[in-house]
Amino acid sequence: MQALTNRVKVLEQKPMTLLERMYLPNIAKGMAITFGHMFKKRPTINYPEQKRPFSPVFRGLHILNRDEEGKERCTACGLCAVACPAEAITMEAAERKTDEEHLYREEKYAARYEINMLRCIFCGLCEEACPKDAIYLTETFAPANYTRQSFIYGKPDLLIPDPKTQPDAFAQAQGKLEAHKANMKAKNEQ
Amino acid sequence: MSITEILFWFLTALALGSALMVVFSKNPVHSVLWLIAVFFAISGHYILLNAQFLAVVNLIVYAGAIMVLFLFVIMLMNLNAETEPRKNRWLMYAGWLSGFLLMLVIVAALKEAETRDQLALMKGGDIGLIKHLGRVLFSEYVLPFEISSVLFLSAMVGAVVIGKKD
Amino acid sequence: MILAFDTLLFLEKFILIVVVILAALGIALYTTFAERKVAGIIQDRRGPNRAGPFGLLQPLADGIKMIMKEEIIPLTSNKWLFILGPNLAMITAMMTSAVIPWGNKVELFGRVIDLQIADINIGVLYIFGVVSMGVYGIMIGGWASNNKFSLLAAIRGASQIISYELAMGLSLIALLMYTGSLSMKTIVEQQMSTGVWNFFVQPLGFLLFIVCAFAECNRTPFDLPEAENELNFGYHQEYSSMKLGFYLFAEYINMIISSAVMATLYFGGYDIPFVNEAALSASWGVNIVAVLGTLTLLAKIVFFLFVFMWVRWTIPRFRYDQLMDLGWKKMIPLALINMLITGAVILWLNK
Repeated sequence: MQALTNRVKVLEQKPMTLLERMYLPNIAKGMAITFGHMFKKRPTINYPEQKRPFSPVFRGLHILNRDEEGKERCTACGLCAVACPAEAITMEAAERKTDEEHLYREEKYAARYEINMLRCIFCGLCEEACPKDAIYLTETFAPANYTRQSFIYGKPDLLIPDPKTQPDAFAQAQGKLEAHKANMKAKNEQ
Repeated sequence: MSITEILFWFLTALALGSALMVVFSKNPVHSVLWLIAVFFAISGHYILLNAQFLAVVNLIVYAGAIMVLFLFVIMLMNLNAETEPRKNRWLMYAGWLSGFLLMLVIVAALKEAETRDQLALMKGGDIGLIKHLGRVLFSEYVLPFEISSVLFLSAMVGAVVIGKKD
Repeated sequence: MILAFDTLLFLEKFILIVVVILAALGIALYTTFAERKVAGIIQDRRGPNRAGPFGLLQPLADGIKMIMKEEIIPLTSNKWLFILGPNLAMITAMMTSAVIPWGNKVELFGRVIDLQIADINIGVLYIFGVVSMGVYGIMIGGWASNNKFSLLAAIRGASQIISYELAMGLSLIALLMYTGSLSMKTIVEQQMSTGVWNFFVQPLGFLLFIVCAFAECNRTPFDLPEAENELNFGYHQEYSSMKLGFYLFAEYINMIISSAVMATLYFGGYDIPFVNEAALSASWGVNIVAVLGTLTLLAKIVFFLFVFMWVRWTIPRFRYDQLMDLGWKKMIPLALINMLITGAVILWLNK
């Protein structure tokens, strides 16, 4: 039979030579290799103390975004749920009342918004599909848990803190808590 | 009583008790293990007689090698008390009789033995030491020694021949 | 007659036994740690480093875990033999330490104390006797578990140990012909007085001995009784808690003892290399030199332990027929040839 590619390597099964049958030279060679490995650089890191930096395109847990005034951006259009290949997103829309204008940006909002983190494959298609910049994938892992139910993240888990009413939590979520505190202190002193 | 005597009686009791257990235990594996205990007790006696070499060789050869092979066979045969076939009653009587006759012969032979009144040499004498034994084996008893080695060789050849046959 | 014995001698030996056993246990404890650490380092990992500084408390944690686990005795097992197995393994592993000379004489409280539990004139044979008893721990444990895998492993282990015992004995006979003594102490003293370690006289013998020692300890490349991928876990599959711990521990103590035997027989025991001990004792005192000698022996043991681990993480396991081939068709003829050559050379030199 003709080989399809030129990468075929024919394995020759010769009886072992005397040197091979003595085992010892090969054992010595192997032991030299393992001894050499003792002085190699170790790729392992001490995980909880040291962490590897995330790549800039890393896709982790989702958040639901707010605008600068703390209004939810999501309008429950359902594009993310349509785009989701794993069918992990469920939502229920509701109409904004007149006294809720400070809460939601548009007339329609998501009364229920759930992502099943066990189904989610973190592909980021929801982020791409969203016309309102409402959903983003962050650089966080989904933490371990004991029940399946607890992996269904609802709105309270997903929404970022309100920059107006919870400025501290908002700053912390951005990783700028120190700067925020210094800022507040300066403001108070004025 | 001196320590040696206490040890002697202890080892004797151990040897006899274990030997009885070899005969009376139902499970063949237990029998083998009791037999090993007998060998240990006998080795202890050898040590009391200052025959350390014999003691250790007894352990290595009998307890360490031969009994392992015994265990091997018994473990592979799966001899349990339940699977044991019912034996012929006459076979049992014959066993009792031959055992009794053997004991009679041994007693008759040892009754007139000259060491009857003597206490065994304890912690004295160097007959059992390796230097002495080697010298005796290779001078006085060299012919029987070599003949027995030929016997072993022929046994080995026989085992190989049987093993080769499919 | 009253019970007459030397109380002081009894006390001295008792203390020595306790010290040796505790030391063996302690070293075995840390050998398990070292095994994992060496494995990690050889495989470019870090090894255990969480419990205590550098993970030094890891063996303690392992031990506590072992003891706290549930003790399970299978219902269909042979209960007494099931318990006897690991105990036998542990006892035989410990008993070998009695004839190894751990150091030179020490003078304490006006008494000359030998750092050896028993200097019997058949020391080497004693080790053989005890090692051949070690089979029973494996066989009884494997059989009493009433499990086919355990039984298979036990039979494998027993036949492996018996096969390699032969080659080991033959390789030692050449050494004993050269030294002319079976006492471990005499063998060490000979090496000290001539300054030539037996390794340089009997290199082939040493090679055979170390290979057989690997097989006797059930270490890789000969760890067939515990071959995980064929026999699940080997002869101690049904064991749990400290009984399993005993089996695992006995393996490490066996390693330590065989390292000590190798160091004693072939590498001068407590002989400090390139140093004349007698001259040093005159200037520094006997005790300091004896302690240094013991430390030297420990260093040699640690080196051999490292070799054991190094080989474990290098060489894959032999197939069972290869193992038997190696044992019967290669090691034994080689050992016989080594014996013949040694005998011929001794005869030729004496003439």
